[in-house]
Amino acid sequence: MSFLHRHKGLTPYLLLLPGIAWLAVFFLVPLGFLGYQSLESGSFESGYTFTWSFSNYWDAITTYDEQLLRSFLYAGIATILALAVSYPLVYWIAFRGGRWKNLFLILIVAPLFVTYLVRTLAWLNILADEGPVVSAFQAIGLVAEDGRLLATGIAVVAGITYNFLPFMALPLYVSLEQIDARLLEAAEDLYASKRQAFLRVTLPLSAPGIVAGTLLTFIPAAGDFINAQLLGTPRQSMVGNVIQSKFLELIDYPAAAALSFILMALILAALLVYARIVGTERLTG
Amino acid sequence: MTWIRRHLLTGYAILAFCYLLLPVSVVLLFSFNAPAGRFNYVWEGFTFDNWVHWDAVPGIRDAVVKSLEIAIVSTIAATVLGTLIALAIVRHRFRGRGVVNVLVFLPMSTPEIVLGASLLTLFINARVVTGFLTIFIAHVMFIVSYVVVTVKARLIDFDRHLEEAAMDLGANEWVTFRKVTLPLLAPAILSAALLGFALSIDDFVITYFVAGSTTTFPLFVWGAARVAVPPQVNVIASAIFLVSVLFMVGNVLWAVRAARRARESMPAALPVPDQLSRPEAA
Repeated sequence: MSFLHRHKGLTPYLLLLPGIAWLAVFFLVPLGFLGYQSLESGSFESGYTFTWSFSNYWDAITTYDEQLLRSFLYAGIATILALAVSYPLVYWIAFRGGRWKNLFLILIVAPLFVTYLVRTLAWLNILADEGPVVSAFQAIGLVAEDGRLLATGIAVVAGITYNFLPFMALPLYVSLEQIDARLLEAAEDLYASKRQAFLRVTLPLSAPGIVAGTLLTFIPAAGDFINAQLLGTPRQSMVGNVIQSKFLELIDYPAAAALSFILMALILAALLVYARIVGTERLTG
Repeated sequence: MTWIRRHLLTGYAILAFCYLLLPVSVVLLFSFNAPAGRFNYVWEGFTFDNWVHWDAVPGIRDAVVKSLEIAIVSTIAATVLGTLIALAIVRHRFRGRGVVNVLVFLPMSTPEIVLGASLLTLFINARVVTGFLTIFIAHVMFIVSYVVVTVKARLIDFDRHLEEAAMDLGANEWVTFRKVTLPLLAPAILSAALLGFALSIDDFVITYFVAGSTTTFPLFVWGAARVAVPPQVNVIASAIFLVSVLFMVGNVLWAVRAARRARESMPAALPVPDQLSRPEAA
C-alpha cells in the first residue's frame, strides 16, 4: 500500500494492466495476425507464405460480391424491420407500462435466454412447409400453392430480425423512458396535436436510441451466418457463411482473412455513411 | 379517437409480445414432445421422458458440463478484469484514457465471426492446440467489455461521500474499498457477472472457431442440427431459459421492493440539497 501511496499516478495503470493486456493480446494482436494472413499466398497443400498478396482482396470482392451484397441487404432489411416492430412496442412499455415496465422488458429480452441456435431452429418448426404459417400465407395468396417459406430469403431475414430485435429494443427503450413527460405536456399546452408532439418531441428525443439500436442490430446481422445456414440454402448464403467455410472446412486462410477485413471495412463504411446522415455527435454519444 | 388509439397500441403490444415469445414457447413445448422418428418437428404427443432422461443422448451431458465449466471460470476472470478497468476509467484521470475506452468498445462492435477467425489465426500461428484453454481465453476477451460497461454505469452514479465518510472515520484506502466500495458495487458486479455467464453459455460463433475437438452445448446443437435435433436439446435450452428468467424476475422484484422500502422509510417531504442527492458524475 505504501508503494501505491508514493506512486499515486500508477494506480490506474495497475488496475488496467490485466484487462487491457488481455484485450491487447487476444483482440488486437489476433487482428494483426489476421491482416498478415490475408496477404499470404499459396495453397493448403504447399503451405501459405507472406507475399504482400493484395490480390486476395480483389479476388475476394469479385468472387463473393453476391454474398457481400446479400449480407448487407439482409442486415439492412432486418434492421429496419426490427426498428419498425420494436418502436411501437417499447413506446407502449415506456409510456403505458406503469409499474410493470421491468417485467415487460424481461419479456423482450426473454428470447435471448434461449440458446441462439435453438431459438433459430424453432423457426424451422414455425415456418415448416405444412405448418400453420405457410398455410395461412397460402390461403391469403402471399405464398404460392406449392410455395414455401423455409429455404428462402424471407426465412433468413425473419430469423435475423427475430434474433437481434432485443438489441434494437433495449436502447430504444432507454431513450424513450428518459423523456420527461413535462415536455409532452408543454407541447400540448402549446396546442401541438398528438401527432405533432410525437414527431417534434418524442421522435427526436428517441434518436440516440434509434442510432444505438441500429448499430447493435446491423453489425452482428451483417456478420451472421447461422440464420442463412439453418433457415436458408446456399442460394441465401451470406459473407459469414463463406468466411466460416473457408476457414474451417476449406482451410483457405488467406481468402477467409481477406474477406473478414472486407466485411469489417464495409461495416465501417456503412457506419460512416450512417454517421453523415444522423450526425457524428449522436453516433459517438 | 384517443381511446381507439390507446387500445390500438395495446393490441399491437400484445401481438408483438406473442411474436417475441412464439419461438420460446415452441422450444418449451417441443421439449415435452414424443417424436415418432428422429425428427422433432411435428407434435406427436406429450411426455416427461425427455426431461427425466435429459442425458440419454450420447455426448449431451459432457457438452452441458463443459459449457457450465467454461461459463463459470471465464465469467469469474472477466468480471475481475472488467471491474478493475471500470474502476480505473471512472475513478482516475490518466493519459491514454481515450485509447482504453476505444479498446474496450471495439470488441463489442466487431462481428463475432471476425473475433473468432482472428483468434484462430493467432492460435494457429502460435501453434497453440485449441481446446478448453482457448475457449476460456476467447470468452474472457469478449465478456470483459460487457462487464466494463455494466459496472461503469453504476460507478458513475456512485456517492463518493460515503467513502469520504469512511476515511474521515479513520479507515484506510483498502478498508474503505473492502467495507464501503465493494458492498455498494456488489449489485452491479453481480449483474455484470450474470450477463457474462449468459453470454458465455450461449456463445456459438467464437467458440466454434477456437474449440478444437472440445464440445460445448451450442456446438453440440450445431452438430445435431446437421442430422436431427433430439428433444433433449430443447430440454437443456428450456432449463437454461427458465433459470435465467427466474433470476431476472427475482432481480426485478427485489429492486421494486427495495425501492418501496426506501420510499417508506424516508420522509418524502424532506428537501434534499441538490449536491447531496446527485453526486457529481465523474
